[in-house]
Amino acid sequence: MPVSREYQEPETIQRILHQARTVAIVGLSPNELRASNFVGFYADRHGYEVIPVNPREDEIMGFRSYPSLEDIPKTVDVVDVFRDPSAAINIARQAVAVGAGALWLQFGVISDQAAEIARAGGLDVVMDRCFKIEHARYIGRMHWLGFNTRVITGRRPAHLL
Amino acid sequence: MQNPDQKPLRSFGFHTRSVHAGARPEPNTGARAVPIFQTSSYVFEDPESAAAYFNLQEYGNTYSRIMNPTVAAFEERVGNLEGGIGAVAFASGLAAQSAVLFTLLNPGDHVVASAALYGGTVTQLKHLFRKMSVGLTFVDPDSPENWKAALADETKLLFAETIGNPGGNVLDIEPVAGIAHGHDIPLVVDNTFATPYLCRPIDWGADIVVHSATKFLGGHGTSIGGVVVDSGEFDWSNGKFPVISDPSPAYHGLAFHETFGGYGYLMKLRAETLRDLGSAMSPFNAFLFMQGIETLPLRMERHVANAVTLADWLRGRSEVAAVRYAGLDDSPYSTSRAKYLPKGAGAVFCFDLAAGREAGQEFIRGVELFSHLANVGDAKSLIIHPASTTHRQLDEEELAAAGIGPGTIRLSVGIEDVDDLIWDLEAAFARIA
Repeated sequence: MPVSREYQEPETIQRILHQARTVAIVGLSPNELRASNFVGFYADRHGYEVIPVNPREDEIMGFRSYPSLEDIPKTVDVVDVFRDPSAAINIARQAVAVGAGALWLQFGVISDQAAEIARAGGLDVVMDRCFKIEHARYIGRMHWLGFNTRVITGRRPAHLL
Repeated sequence: MQNPDQKPLRSFGFHTRSVHAGARPEPNTGARAVPIFQTSSYVFEDPESAAAYFNLQEYGNTYSRIMNPTVAAFEERVGNLEGGIGAVAFASGLAAQSAVLFTLLNPGDHVVASAALYGGTVTQLKHLFRKMSVGLTFVDPDSPENWKAALADETKLLFAETIGNPGGNVLDIEPVAGIAHGHDIPLVVDNTFATPYLCRPIDWGADIVVHSATKFLGGHGTSIGGVVVDSGEFDWSNGKFPVISDPSPAYHGLAFHETFGGYGYLMKLRAETLRDLGSAMSPFNAFLFMQGIETLPLRMERHVANAVTLADWLRGRSEVAAVRYAGLDDSPYSTSRAKYLPKGAGAVFCFDLAAGREAGQEFIRGVELFSHLANVGDAKSLIIHPASTTHRQLDEEELAAAGIGPGTIRLSVGIEDVDDLIWDLEAAFARIA
């Protein structure tokens, strides 16, 4: 299913990455080999406050885990979703309800309905993109692995994070 | 984290990307040229960072057999120019190819390859696959039906060159990619002769592109190197490639495709295959390749213009039985060339001397400016007699399949004044008269 480019806009992605402080990761796994754990580890390492959302765990990576977005007692800047696309719709409704800043659907979490709900609720939306890879593309060290960041600039960058 | 006054991204043109892609100014020193990071290894900030780098949880430099910032700039540049998701560089073109194959194949698998390949590749496939117990079928690449007919349940990839060496066959990429995808397998294309300036196979459906960077990318005959580009589009989790999708015993159970999405194949190619085979590109070579690529579009325009002029001139010589260059209007590949190579069919082509093998060797003795050597894609014009050199390990049948006769001469047309090249070949013709 082709993903609309309007949910993959570089400006939106960079704005989210620069402005966000708290990242609620829905479906964060305690298993260090899972993609969600890679992203949680990376986000924590790069200064974001990681808030696990996983009803099956009390604590993940040393952070208290909440059963749902609505149980989180603070502002959520980004809702990062590692769940089945069908589950993303309800998560989008919750993200709107708690006043989150952005809904970020990871690789393969493709749901136009979820995206529409979040956008109608005033959230920025990113779909079928990885939070870690996009951070590394624009601010981090992705180019050290020979990946095509598509970043073209003659300016001296700030020290890479 | 500071927002660095970011402008909206633009889709920059090919010439701009040839100069800039992968080479943002170095943040610590401000160096504008890509520095040659001539170091084997990298000091870790702390033990946690070291662990994160080795676990691939963070992008960090560990050891130059696996990654190096100068090599990475080269990789990103080629990946960008080919329209791929990224690239991994290797010590040679053949090292790059063997790594592609080693990563994807297991004993019992099968590969379908064009019969009109570079002789070194033919030898590599036959030798490597015999060792790996991988089946191999060569097909006449010119008809897509031949590819389809050769498919087996065990077939895991199709392999071809955009422009065959030295026969000049132009691959009909789009239908061959369609056949591969209909079988849930990738099409791997060697794009060395075309370069991304003349053709980007990924745009036509190819999944993996390999290069000998030694040739036109480097462009000056100084360095040996290769590179693999991945489109990032192939679904490695389709059930046919547990080598990519299943938890890897060679990387403490990491499932590369789940964890890295479209980047999974390249991550595995680097973190496992390059790590284990050890065929890393040197930073100095990467630096020279970067210098070369800055002028790739300019050189290719001149290479092609000179090649067209020479091929046309050769066609009018009575000593020449045939000129096999897809850039000529009467080439059997002119339709494919118009579709896939609108800016030209490259600068390597063959012609057959009517007088055969003896005349071929005598012709080579007669040139002054052309260098007789086993390379192509140099700014300098090159000449060789394939039957006695690059393709000499092939038997008669294989030679015929590759389009090589006893009197075949291969030219790699450089960027000199074309009148001087004609002068040189005229003298060689006089010698065999």
